[in-house]
Amino acid sequence: MSVELRYSRSARSLNKSAWVNVGIRLSAIILALLFTSVILLIAKANPLQAYKSILHGAFGSTIKLTSVIASWVPLVIATSGLLFTFTAGLWNIGMEGQIIMGSVFAVGAFRFLDDTSLAPALVITLAFVAGAVGGILWALLPGLMKIFGGVNEIFGGLGLNFVAKTVAIWLIFGPWKRPGVASGSGTEWIDIQYRLPYLPGTNLSLTILIIAVVIAIITAVMLKGTHFGLRLKAIGKNDKAAYILGVPTSRYFLLAFGICGFFAGIAGSILVTSKQYSLIPDAGFGYGFLGLLVAMLVNYHPIWSSVVALFFAALSIGNTELQYMGLNSYFAGVLQGFLVLFVVLVDGVRKQLVKTR
Amino acid sequence: MEMTTLTTLAGIVEFAVPVLFAAIGENITEKAGLINLSVNGTIILSAMGGFVVALTTSSILLGFLVGAVIGAAVAAIVAYSSITLKQSQVAIGFVLAMLCRDLAYFLGAPFTNKPGIFLSKVPIPYLVDIPIIGPIFFNHSLVVYASYLFIIIAYVYMFKTRPGLMLQGIGEKPAAAFARGANVKGLRYLYTITGGALIGLAGPMYSLAVKIGWAGQLSGLDGIGWIALAITIFGGWNPLRVAIGAYLFGGLQQLGITLQSATNIPIQILQAAPFPLMIFTLLLVNVGRADWVDRELAAMPERPRKVLSKILHALRTSPPSAIGVPFENE
Repeated sequence: MSVELRYSRSARSLNKSAWVNVGIRLSAIILALLFTSVILLIAKANPLQAYKSILHGAFGSTIKLTSVIASWVPLVIATSGLLFTFTAGLWNIGMEGQIIMGSVFAVGAFRFLDDTSLAPALVITLAFVAGAVGGILWALLPGLMKIFGGVNEIFGGLGLNFVAKTVAIWLIFGPWKRPGVASGSGTEWIDIQYRLPYLPGTNLSLTILIIAVVIAIITAVMLKGTHFGLRLKAIGKNDKAAYILGVPTSRYFLLAFGICGFFAGIAGSILVTSKQYSLIPDAGFGYGFLGLLVAMLVNYHPIWSSVVALFFAALSIGNTELQYMGLNSYFAGVLQGFLVLFVVLVDGVRKQLVKTR
Repeated sequence: MEMTTLTTLAGIVEFAVPVLFAAIGENITEKAGLINLSVNGTIILSAMGGFVVALTTSSILLGFLVGAVIGAAVAAIVAYSSITLKQSQVAIGFVLAMLCRDLAYFLGAPFTNKPGIFLSKVPIPYLVDIPIIGPIFFNHSLVVYASYLFIIIAYVYMFKTRPGLMLQGIGEKPAAAFARGANVKGLRYLYTITGGALIGLAGPMYSLAVKIGWAGQLSGLDGIGWIALAITIFGGWNPLRVAIGAYLFGGLQQLGITLQSATNIPIQILQAAPFPLMIFTLLLVNVGRADWVDRELAAMPERPRKVLSKILHALRTSPPSAIGVPFENE
């Protein structure tokens, strides 16, 4: 399967000003807004009122604004991980399952260490380590299946997403069920001393914000400024040529999967310690899928992905306000989907125009 | 045979139908050299669209038509983006899979759990009276009978007719087909959109015949499209083998229902059972191509090696060679 992920060289040379790119993104945004407005009209809602209430829902108060940032954290971490696999030319659609496995391992660590006399900070750290291990293991599976079994990583990952969710459900209804009655609403909450505290008057933990910023910076530096990033990119462009030139492609594929899984595990641990405090069936909250969309929207660019992730987080949080208009919260997905769809299409049209000129 | 066994077997035949149409639709698309990855979203959106239209117009036929139109429209976007714009087929397909699903859940909300109309059973006279076979195969709604014909038509068209050979040509050796005067791009559009319409039919087949109604995200349709894509691979791009895959999947779904009433395993776990199996079957059909398998086989004594390589060879499937590669008229 040949996947053209980046601009061809001829296109890039013509593309001297960044303004062309901005213009393309802008026209895609306008088209997306136009289409979502039509969808809102079909749903018998006033589009302007809907957009206004989304803005209000995202930025209307300190609590809301910090909720947006708290939602940006796992999204930007997920996207950062996916940038590694995308750079290597891999479609890690199994990201969602890797985040779920991170949460499973983190909750498992808390349950295991709950009765010990270890300091809470140490227990939390160990839970993050466990979560990272869970994410890495689950990410290596599609990698190994691709390399040794010839199974396309898209199908391996997709299947593993459902398997991860099933493992979570099995734990929730089985071994980890709440005392008394098992319920789909999740396992028992972790002890209060293990929950990361919010900054006063907000919905945001400073710890997770720092982790996200560090991960975003490391990603940008590693992909743009190191030999490793360059080799990964060479494999992504043409894995056969890179292999012939002596780059051990299999090892780099696994490394990309491993790094991605590591970040997924951290995201899962963050969701457990700062948001859900327990294991729920949808422990990934869709961040893995959303991360794929963000990465595609910015054409796999590390710095822009942080910005767009913030925008997507604002949409997802602000979107919940739509319930007061009698609409459900799938609207964010519709708008995000249209955005990426039109970016892909408009970008394709531009490439064709450049070619024919 | 007992009555319950017969009902169970009839259930398998019925459950297989939508996924059979979707997988063969994808099979046709991929034979032409394109991948339509949007199947999962397309099925959910057309299930919702078909249900709503049938409900508001009281016409089941119109419901099915709308399902096919939705599928064709989504496929047309995939075709335009891939054939004309030469963008990544995986990217556009994945985005559409996500977008169509959310669109269905958003627009379908007011119609959730509304009592609608559905296709009733039409037992075929005389045939239904045949012992065992009759109740299993000939006591169904019209879509099930259509599926029997469809498998045969798809197979014969693909492998026994001239246009069918051309279809294989544009997916295997597009340059050669072009040299012989085939309009490669036009045909790829045609087959992608036709395949999309078939995938779209799977939606109303669920909401109007097999899993009647629309229940939003609780409709239990999320994931089936990905299974359909895997069945296409499992089926080795041959409608007959794809049909076998679809019946196996129907069997798993029926098994889930039986197990749920017999045990207290949560429904969500049973619903996920096909996915590990999907991974396993994909490993089975692909592993024969891996280098390390060749090396291991070479090191084996002769007799087990012959048996093993025969098995691996029989299971192995290979995609159309030009799949996913854009074509440029030279």
